[in-house]
Amino acid sequence: MQSFEWPWQYNFPPFFTLQPNVDTRQKQLAAWCSLALSYCRHRKLYTLDVLEAQESALFNNKKISRKLSVEAIQVIFEELRKKGNLEWMDKNKTRCLIMWRRPEEWGKLIYQWVSKNGMVNSVFTLYELSSGEDTESEEFHGLEEWMLLRALQALQSEGKAEVISLDDGKGVKFF
Amino acid sequence: KWLRLASAKLDVGVVLLSTHRLVWRDQKNHECCISIPLSQIIFFEEQAAGVGKSAKIVIHLHPAPTNKEPGPYQHSKFSYIKLSFKEHGQIEFYRRLTEEMTQKRWENTPASQPIPTATASQAGRTRAVGIVGIERKLEEKRKETDKNISEAFEDLNKLMVKAKEMVELSRSIASKIKEKQGDITEDETIRFKSYLLSMGIADPVTRETHGSGTHYHMQLAKQLSDMLQAPLEERGGMMALTEVYCLVNRARGMELLSPEDLVNACKMFESLKLPLRLRVFDSGVMVVQLQSHSEEEMIVSALDNVSDKGSLTAEEFAKLLGLSVLLSKERLLLAEKMGHLCRDDSVEGLRFYPNLF
Repeated sequence: MQSFEWPWQYNFPPFFTLQPNVDTRQKQLAAWCSLALSYCRHRKLYTLDVLEAQESALFNNKKISRKLSVEAIQVIFEELRKKGNLEWMDKNKTRCLIMWRRPEEWGKLIYQWVSKNGMVNSVFTLYELSSGEDTESEEFHGLEEWMLLRALQALQSEGKAEVISLDDGKGVKFF
Repeated sequence: KWLRLASAKLDVGVVLLSTHRLVWRDQKNHECCISIPLSQIIFFEEQAAGVGKSAKIVIHLHPAPTNKEPGPYQHSKFSYIKLSFKEHGQIEFYRRLTEEMTQKRWENTPASQPIPTATASQAGRTRAVGIVGIERKLEEKRKETDKNISEAFEDLNKLMVKAKEMVELSRSIASKIKEKQGDITEDETIRFKSYLLSMGIADPVTRETHGSGTHYHMQLAKQLSDMLQAPLEERGGMMALTEVYCLVNRARGMELLSPEDLVNACKMFESLKLPLRLRVFDSGVMVVQLQSHSEEEMIVSALDNVSDKGSLTAEEFAKLLGLSVLLSKERLLLAEKMGHLCRDDSVEGLRFYPNLF
């Protein structure tokens, strides 16, 4: 895995303090959201535990001895949730699903691949899509099942696919 | 130290004084001692020493009460006793006796134990009386203190009641003035208001306490304006109101200003077209600044300072500019509010950086 490239803000101490000035805060949060998503994308993380995250390199820059407070992390997560990139798994907000690509975006990628290879009207199992040999070079390869399903459901609502039940699981037909 | 009575049985001994009684104990025979309650003493006086005569204290007594305890003499034709101080102690004893007779502490607490009678077994009791006596003394002292305190507060309570009456009175007069506006001249009204002010009662007639203000505040504002020009310029055009308060009152020496008067006077700067301004920051801090002082310029220069050093804390900034920490923090906060600076809040403290976001 390539080493992650941190943005300039990561080494700027004020980045780790929630800014009181409204305009400054907006820019700060935008930067944090973007960083969080690219970090998760890089590490292929689909879920986050808040307490673990606080200690992870993402929110804790040991080099400058600065880390985000739990309060600040919650604010950032709320921003992500509003933008559709995050979903809480529990009521206490301790774990969340992190969607550095939204289901619709995945759906689009998958459909592009399907139509590019002229495989519209064929049926796939979920396994084939996420872990099949044919998809190895694709970005969506290795996608976790829950995410894949949501992506396909997004396509379904657009009328481009239909999720079906097969003998040993789920599958999808593309139109 | 002998008691001259009908017989010479009582010769050399020691006289002891307690809060309740006078006790004489034979020096040779410690079991022999007699006592007289202090309440029996009407009067006492000194007799100075002379040639061949030792100093004496004469103690005049009440007639013996019918319930008198048995003693060495059932009755005597003399109504006084004389204590002769052969060696020393007369002055000190006289002083102590005066003290006890003035305080009359036996009236507060009854004697708890009778004087030990002439039996050896009572010797131990003497010491117990001593300790109990000390405890009793402490108790009496405490009661006395309590009494004094509540008496003192009684006066204060009376004062507060009177003050309340005064305020009520002034209010009723003020409202009467208001009703009869036509009948009372403006001069008198102003005089009355100034009387109220000098008593410390805020003007109850006018609604606005600032803005129109009173003549006094107007004069004060002009005075302050003259006085603060130089200090303000020295301090870069701005001073915290607390600094002003200290400066002004120190200079006045007498007739000090109250904080309220100072604030009210400062609020009038603008309306009187004086070159000073009272300014209140978001945090509530109040400062007096020269009108010519532009905070905006200060903020821009603050940004330069911070960029120059990379980052600054309020303390570092204060040192750099020669301002108080309070004012320099306000300036940094204002710069942050304007979006020129951003903050880094950590265990290391609060630092300000140029806003690179």
